[in-house]
Amino acid sequence: MMRIEIVKRPQHSALFSALSPFIALFLTLIAGAILFAILGKNPIAALYSYFIEPLTEVWSVHELLVKAAPLILIAVGLSVCFLSNNWNIGAEGQLIAGGIAGSILPVMFPDFQGWYVLPIMLLLGMAGGMAYATIPALLKVRFSTNEILTSLMLVYVAQLFLDWLVRGAWRNPQGYNFPETVQFNSSAILPEIWSASGRAHWGFILALFAAVAVWFMLSRTLNGYEIKVLGRSARAGRFAGFSAGRLTFFAFLVSGALAGLAGIAEVSGAVGQLRTSISPGYGFTAIIVAFLGRLNPLGIVAAGLVLALSYLGGEAAQISLGISEKSARIFQGIILFFVLASDTLIYYRIRIVSRHSETALKGA
Amino acid sequence: MKKLIMALTIAASFAVAGAAHAQEKLKVGFIYIGPPGDFGWTYQHDQGRKELEKALGDKVETTFLENVPEGADAERSIERLARAGNKLIFTTSFGYMDATIKVAQKFPDVKFEHATGYKTADNVAVYNSRFYEGRYVQGVIAAKMSKTGVAGYIGSFPIPEVVEGINAFMLGAQSVNPNFKIKVIWANSWFDPAKEADAAKALVDQGVDIITQHTDSTAPMQVAAERKIKAFGQASDMIKFGPETQLTSIVDNWGPYYIERAKAVLDGSWKSHNVFEGMHEGLVVMAPYTNMPDDVKKLAEETQAKITSGELKPFTGPIKKQDGSDWLKAGETADDKTILSMNFYVAGVDDKLPQ
Repeated sequence: MMRIEIVKRPQHSALFSALSPFIALFLTLIAGAILFAILGKNPIAALYSYFIEPLTEVWSVHELLVKAAPLILIAVGLSVCFLSNNWNIGAEGQLIAGGIAGSILPVMFPDFQGWYVLPIMLLLGMAGGMAYATIPALLKVRFSTNEILTSLMLVYVAQLFLDWLVRGAWRNPQGYNFPETVQFNSSAILPEIWSASGRAHWGFILALFAAVAVWFMLSRTLNGYEIKVLGRSARAGRFAGFSAGRLTFFAFLVSGALAGLAGIAEVSGAVGQLRTSISPGYGFTAIIVAFLGRLNPLGIVAAGLVLALSYLGGEAAQISLGISEKSARIFQGIILFFVLASDTLIYYRIRIVSRHSETALKGA
Repeated sequence: MKKLIMALTIAASFAVAGAAHAQEKLKVGFIYIGPPGDFGWTYQHDQGRKELEKALGDKVETTFLENVPEGADAERSIERLARAGNKLIFTTSFGYMDATIKVAQKFPDVKFEHATGYKTADNVAVYNSRFYEGRYVQGVIAAKMSKTGVAGYIGSFPIPEVVEGINAFMLGAQSVNPNFKIKVIWANSWFDPAKEADAAKALVDQGVDIITQHTDSTAPMQVAAERKIKAFGQASDMIKFGPETQLTSIVDNWGPYYIERAKAVLDGSWKSHNVFEGMHEGLVVMAPYTNMPDDVKKLAEETQAKITSGELKPFTGPIKKQDGSDWLKAGETADDKTILSMNFYVAGVDDKLPQ
């Protein structure tokens, strides 16, 4: 009889911390090759279409940026929350709230056109996300409600509200009663970065700005220091005179604003209208992205690109090799497993405890 | 690094060497909303794809992408199929409509076929099926078979295609029993076996003894089998999942259409169109009438024959709307535009249409 324990390492190796993503990538490649070989596919060709094919064509790089933009925007905001010990799981809802608020102009006042429409939409989108994120923050600060539950439940409220809106009041009157709003007019569309070659829109640039700004805030300002101190030890933070309640609001507002921005950027840049569903779960996937990037905004940019690549690669492999969508997703899971496992094993080690030594301990 | 990429490229091209000698093949792509293993909507499109491969043999080569979400992702998936050399692309869910139109503008030499939508272009055709004709037959059967006089209806989304089905079912049932009732539960998903099963259980608990669905999984059929009541299959013949439960099923028979359109591309006669076909053209097929007495079976077959011949049109007045107002006067039939944008219930449906 024996059991396995996970024990924190007193000191973790700086070398392995740096190498960890590469070790994970190496292990993923091996496991992936084995998986594809078992499926009867040429492993090298499969890995090629997964990791390299999407990067060989310009249009596909554009698509990578389209997919990565909302993930990065949201995850950067979440890093502020998670670092300060505020568990905002409801970014998906804040994204939807932002998408709705930002769409007020093009849906309700389609004749209102001009260069100023887009900036107003983006600001409204951020305001919508912020307002929606205030709810779990307020509940946490005033009533000590668990923000994991409230923020998560508010996702469903937002989804149903969007559904109701697009089916009812905001439905396109010329649309055969299909649940979609009117197509936004051109002044309400977030422009493409380089439209001759593909679809990537300014959402990605906004994501880069957000990442750099939040990185600066976290690493160079007192506010960032406050976030980290309170996140690691609320007691120590109190002694330093930092207010946990104020910080909770701050973290939720930042992440709500960025999720809302991601929402309106997605609606205006990638979709061009409101629909009953505007996100395939970016708000949830961004949680993974945030941790994959180790809660560092610059790491999150890389992590967002990697995760977006795994989506595109999975699709490319479906076409070039006939690998099913399920296998593609399993492979995506393998990547995450190895990255998180490598990280864990740097900070912890596994100890096998036999029954014998356990009784010996008790005896002592 | 360049060498490595080249080596990998060569390796990859060997892997797809099967396609290399097939330069003149017509490549046909499909976008699916669910997995082909849903045994419903997507399964049936995939059967159509297989029939196409079988019928045209080495003249065509087909590819599909499954579980493609509607919205921003769809545009990329469709574009990927176009870039992979597919010259004919079927996008098989109404939510792909705008994405299909957008991609079609970029690829004028690729033909697109969008199922159940309404926007066409020079290289975008629309095809739709009069599923509601089958629903009418189901309604007739339900009213004959039900002891409680109440049927349960599991809807996906309250879009015209689904509302048409509910209304046609109701009208069919009322032709037998004017007091027949329908209870509706919206799953808000095309394919979610767990939710669909929950909806089916809730309906049975509310006293329905016949279940019909406009969602794509076999879960409602399986619940009906467990609870020993009767049910109708959806999109494909689900008799395997309820050998003593299924009364019949509306089978979406896409194969002949896919073959016809691929042939048209091959011989250069393809043109954009907007077709809305049903039993008459063979797009809607009823699975064998099972688990019912002979007289009900006979009535069902007669109804089917009348619809096929055009003698009976399900949306023929007098019909009142749910709110009691008149919709169609006696003898008046609804035109296709009204049918395709239907967003109201007929009298007798026990539900408030979400809108």
